[in-house]
Amino acid sequence: MHVPFCASRCGYCDFNTYTASELQGSGSSPDTWLEAVRRELTRARATVGDRAVDTVFVGGGTPSLIGAERLGAVLATIRSEFGLAPGAEVTTESNPESTSPEFFAGLVEAGYTRVSLGMQSAAPHVLRILDRRHTPGRAVDAAREARAAGIAHVNLDLIYATPGETTADLRGSVEAVLSAGVDHVSAYSLIVEDGTAMARKVARGELPAPDDDVAAERYELIDDLLSAAGLQWYEVSNWASSAGARCRHNLGYWLDGDWWGVGPGAHSHLAGRRWWNVKHPARYAAALAESADPEADHEVLTPTEQHTERVMLRLRLAEGLDLDLLDAPARAEADRAAAADLLELRGGRAILTRRGRLLADRVVQDLLLASETAPA
Amino acid sequence: MTTYADRTFTPPERIRNFCIIAHIDHGKSTLADRMLQITGVVEERAMRAQYLDRMDIERERGITIKAQNVRLPWKVGDEEYVLHLIDTPGHVDFTYEVSRALEACEGAILLVDAAQGIEAQTLANLYLALEKDLTIIPVLNKIDLPAADPDRYAAEIAHIVGCEPEDVLRVSAKTGMGVEALLDEAVKQIPAPQGDADAPARAMIFDSVYDTYRGVVTYIRVVDGRIVPRERIKMMSTGATHELLEVGIVSPEPKPTEGLGVGEVGYLITGVKDVRQSKVGDTVTSQRRGATEPLTGYREPRPMVYSGLYPVDGSQYPDLREALDKLQLNDAALTYEPETSAALGFGFRCGFLGLLHLEITRERLEREFDLDLISTAPNVVYQVTTDDGTEITVTNPSDWPEGKVSEIREPIVKVTILAPSEFVGTIMELCQARRGQLGGMDYLSESRVELRYTMPLAEIIFDFFDALKSRTRGYASLDYEEAGEQVSDLVKVDILLQGEPVDAFSAIVHKDSAYGYGTSMASKLRELIPRQQFEVPIQAAVGSRIIARETIRAIRKDVLAKCYGGDISRKRKLLEKQKEGKKRMKTIGRVDVPQEAFVAALSTESSADKAKK
Repeated sequence: MHVPFCASRCGYCDFNTYTASELQGSGSSPDTWLEAVRRELTRARATVGDRAVDTVFVGGGTPSLIGAERLGAVLATIRSEFGLAPGAEVTTESNPESTSPEFFAGLVEAGYTRVSLGMQSAAPHVLRILDRRHTPGRAVDAAREARAAGIAHVNLDLIYATPGETTADLRGSVEAVLSAGVDHVSAYSLIVEDGTAMARKVARGELPAPDDDVAAERYELIDDLLSAAGLQWYEVSNWASSAGARCRHNLGYWLDGDWWGVGPGAHSHLAGRRWWNVKHPARYAAALAESADPEADHEVLTPTEQHTERVMLRLRLAEGLDLDLLDAPARAEADRAAAADLLELRGGRAILTRRGRLLADRVVQDLLLASETAPA
Repeated sequence: MTTYADRTFTPPERIRNFCIIAHIDHGKSTLADRMLQITGVVEERAMRAQYLDRMDIERERGITIKAQNVRLPWKVGDEEYVLHLIDTPGHVDFTYEVSRALEACEGAILLVDAAQGIEAQTLANLYLALEKDLTIIPVLNKIDLPAADPDRYAAEIAHIVGCEPEDVLRVSAKTGMGVEALLDEAVKQIPAPQGDADAPARAMIFDSVYDTYRGVVTYIRVVDGRIVPRERIKMMSTGATHELLEVGIVSPEPKPTEGLGVGEVGYLITGVKDVRQSKVGDTVTSQRRGATEPLTGYREPRPMVYSGLYPVDGSQYPDLREALDKLQLNDAALTYEPETSAALGFGFRCGFLGLLHLEITRERLEREFDLDLISTAPNVVYQVTTDDGTEITVTNPSDWPEGKVSEIREPIVKVTILAPSEFVGTIMELCQARRGQLGGMDYLSESRVELRYTMPLAEIIFDFFDALKSRTRGYASLDYEEAGEQVSDLVKVDILLQGEPVDAFSAIVHKDSAYGYGTSMASKLRELIPRQQFEVPIQAAVGSRIIARETIRAIRKDVLAKCYGGDISRKRKLLEKQKEGKKRMKTIGRVDVPQEAFVAALSTESSADKAKK
């Protein structure tokens, strides 16, 4: 579920999200959005049929900005159209500055079981470079409030290797995360996306570009500190304190699950067909108001593309890639990667080593190329 | 419209043969066009700008690569004349072809842009024409331009040619102003051809062009006797004989005739398919009762500059071979033989007359045959004597002898540079840095100077012209001619990636430049080669001695941080693109090098800039 609203746009962000002033005059508001996503859910039900929902993930944008009441209403619609499977995981992202104990209490009451908070860093100067509005302590407090309100699973997001961040800054951020007692951490190296304010600053020389070697060192530090505290990696950028603390929704993306992305610009996948909605909230709402399909475009995956995605996504998981998915040349390449300390071959599976996690894209590329370029 | 000029065997006293000597852009083709129009052989509405330049590249670059010629009728008072305009190639690499075209003439129009003055190339060709005792008619063109300064340049030309400034004609080829008077002057001043009509036939080949439909079309100037169709002819350099299928004139379309007599210019077709069987400079005679003495001055074309040409996509190798085969039909100076490079795969070692010949050939291969090519740094031909006295001719750095050598000789050239006098200092500096020896210096006028240097050809063929242009804000012009060879202290610099030599980057340089070449190539490659999963040392070496070293650090991170629902399609497409890129990489040892890195490393700074535009 994509909530396309933010109080302000952060300089590094290229997501499909809009501030109030950007939407002025377009007729889009949290209420028109709510109306539209409800219509889309009705359409989804008609297409998918009788199928209980295992996981819900409300992301954005800033879902917390629309308030616990609307978040509850969305979930109520999902319940009434599909029904939730027993033990369903229901997550919402939140920005620390737009949460409160009351907000979390409202989520629990509506049936939310998991909260993901965008903390990014505990260093004020790093938050400033990222244009984040919250104070350094607020994310940790929010995580504690969420747990106190009865949210079973709480995640904190970190961004590392931001220009200006020191090793000590990062260490402080991870320690802050650990002090919050969360059961899940996601850590992403800063990516300067084309077209963002940050990209323009880098191009003008006002901000140094993030350094990949620094990012590699920081990743290792994060992994060391989190592992020592009992949080194990289960995907390249995700750590959890137990199997039960892993984000089941995201595992669905990585393990070929079916999902319906509701909201402007949201991506869906159903049995080898991917499609995505029109991006602008006003166009999205207008389509649904006319009972039209908000789909912008789609692709039907060929068997080769499905294989590429499987290798690309499963190899990122701690569970690894089933070697049976590889042909002989690719398995020979896996052996080579194992010899180069990029993969560990264990129990019929290929699992990235820590060095391999940092070079995962190359490992994937080489495995796929080995099959393609092998003499027939 | 039929004219006096349509019939051949014109009495020699009614014939005038001349060419136009001019620099690129000084309006030679426009003047030729205007002559076609004014003499009435091309009607105005059929006029295509620059009728005589038939090749696209010529048209685009505004230069003539292959000479054409045309027969024009002209009347002075009541007297009818035949003018043969022989169009000469306009570049430094084609000096020999120019000399043959001049040989076919008794006069030359020296055409100079009234806004720019004479250029080095023009001067060099003018000297060639003077050596052959041609009558020179100096002409200033573009006098209608606001920037024209005819008085100044008339004085300059008068000084060079040795005439009075008022003898310099003034025309505008564009508007036609002064062109009729110029033709009248040509008839008046240029001597009629002389020859023995009753002697055995002797005609000089001054151009030879391959035509898809007709085979080789050979352009000749008859000196003695007559050339008539259906007679067998003999090429005197090889003794080869051919059936003469057609003899004709050009006006400006080819027209068959009953033959050509003394002093006449025209074409002949024998049915041969390869210009190398009809060589520029050779003498044509009749098979029966032919001449025994050929005309003088014939020379085999000899490549001066070599470069490896490789298809970017290895599967295009057969296409490249076919394309070279086809080009060679029309280019007797082009040579090539297969070669293999560890770095670049299968390609050809090609020999050229000079740098422009190389560039034009490469451009034609890419454009006319739709090929994507990499060319290695050009090199000259070295004569190496090893310690045991063996003589080796090296046309490729890979063939440089491993062991000790007692002597290395390299070709040298006489360089003429014309430039505004304010640049004399910078030009001297540049030439000195390129091992030039100053031969002399002359002021053509107060503000323009001619510098003469003797330099190794190797120093010219890389980026000398670009360096000269940039240091003189584009004002200098350059010409050079072969001047034998000299003994030099040269070494071969190899570039090694992880200890493996990369043949495409080996270069023969002067001992004093080895370090400079080595460091610049190593640091260039460090920027161009992507980081690998392991550290890659780049070294420059002379023999076993390492003279420069750079290191590409191992890559530590290559992974996308986020890969959620909406990222998957984009990430898969990116991966597919990267995979395709990696497939096109060449592997040197264990190092993957993208094709672009080779291209960028092999191009000079200025040609890399050109590619960007």
